[in-house]
Amino acid sequence: MASGVKPRVKVPKTASAGDSVTIKTLISHKMESGQRKDKEGNVIPRSIINRFTCAFNGEVVVDVAMEPAISTNPYFEFEAMVKEAGTFAFTWYDDDGSVYETSKDIAMA
Amino acid sequence: MRNIMTSAAAMTAAFALAAGAASAGQEDDLTINGEIDIVVRTEAPAHLDAIDTIYSGWVYRSDETQALQMDDFDNPGMIFVDMAIEAFDTVEGSEGKSCASCHESPEAMAGVKPVYPKWNDAAGEVQTIEMQINACRTERMGAEALKYTSGDMTNMVALLASVSRGMPVNVAIDGPAQATWEMGKELYYTRTGQLELSCANCHEDNYDNMIRADHLSQGQINGFPTYRLKDAALVPVHKRFAGCVRDTRAETYSPGSPEFVALELYVASRGNGLSVEGPSVRN
Repeated sequence: MASGVKPRVKVPKTASAGDSVTIKTLISHKMESGQRKDKEGNVIPRSIINRFTCAFNGEVVVDVAMEPAISTNPYFEFEAMVKEAGTFAFTWYDDDGSVYETSKDIAMA
Repeated sequence: MRNIMTSAAAMTAAFALAAGAASAGQEDDLTINGEIDIVVRTEAPAHLDAIDTIYSGWVYRSDETQALQMDDFDNPGMIFVDMAIEAFDTVEGSEGKSCASCHESPEAMAGVKPVYPKWNDAAGEVQTIEMQINACRTERMGAEALKYTSGDMTNMVALLASVSRGMPVNVAIDGPAQATWEMGKELYYTRTGQLELSCANCHEDNYDNMIRADHLSQGQINGFPTYRLKDAALVPVHKRFAGCVRDTRAETYSPGSPEFVALELYVASRGNGLSVEGPSVRN
């Protein structure tokens, strides 16, 4: 249902083992709360991203349950400890069942 | 009499204090993504007598707002630029063309935004970049014109601005454009509305002062379209003009009207030498 959904992530290309790196993520999504009405007075159905996860080499970094009060284009910034080279996998789960995925590799400096 | 003197002195002191508190970060320089250097202060262009140094509106914003513009990932305006990148490659209209059919890539359009508004010989008038986009759409693509301040239009202007970031604004004010420029200058210094304010009253006579809670800038438009935090949306320059004129409690001109085109040319020329910043972030 939701159109123009595009995930974006920013992860440093390299890090030293044991470093804490800052990860920024943003997904363009209208996050319709389900509380609003259109001009005719009909409720606009809820359409949000309800879950966001980030995993590093299969290990969970964050797993977020998201609620309707979260504003449009949800943005997350968090830190992750990197012990080895690997891949960050990011996943967003839409109310309509769509799953948006993207990943970023990080190398050891 | 003595009372009046005292209160006037107290007011001046309070005023200076307010200005001092707000000027944190005003000396900072702006570099976007650690690679695009932006000129946020420079010598005023020769035609401008009242001001020695011109400043981008960026210098008057808070540290937090300033920071949003230093990284494209943090700049909410870039989301709209991404939408326009998609639109750039989208075929529309009867000719089966997209922007990319003639213009290759958005990057190939670097250097276009800094010189607009500019004189168009064929049309016999000064045109803004919005008018040029619509001319492309209707004449070359056979597509419908976009509404002047619509989201799709503003996104495309933001894309064209983004590829020219760091380049100096350089609009021509002589030759055939001069008459329009004079008209814009006239409008800039004309008081309007119940409050009888001209652009110059705030943005030339009182920039860097506080107008209640707002820190007045020089009203430069090198950063347009601007992502305004209070609107959570990109604001095109004519919408901002209309907002300012409305705040003087006047009936405003319409976006895209000859008056606003002339005003845009004049205000842009006051910023000749500053870098294109759009999409900038302001409050």
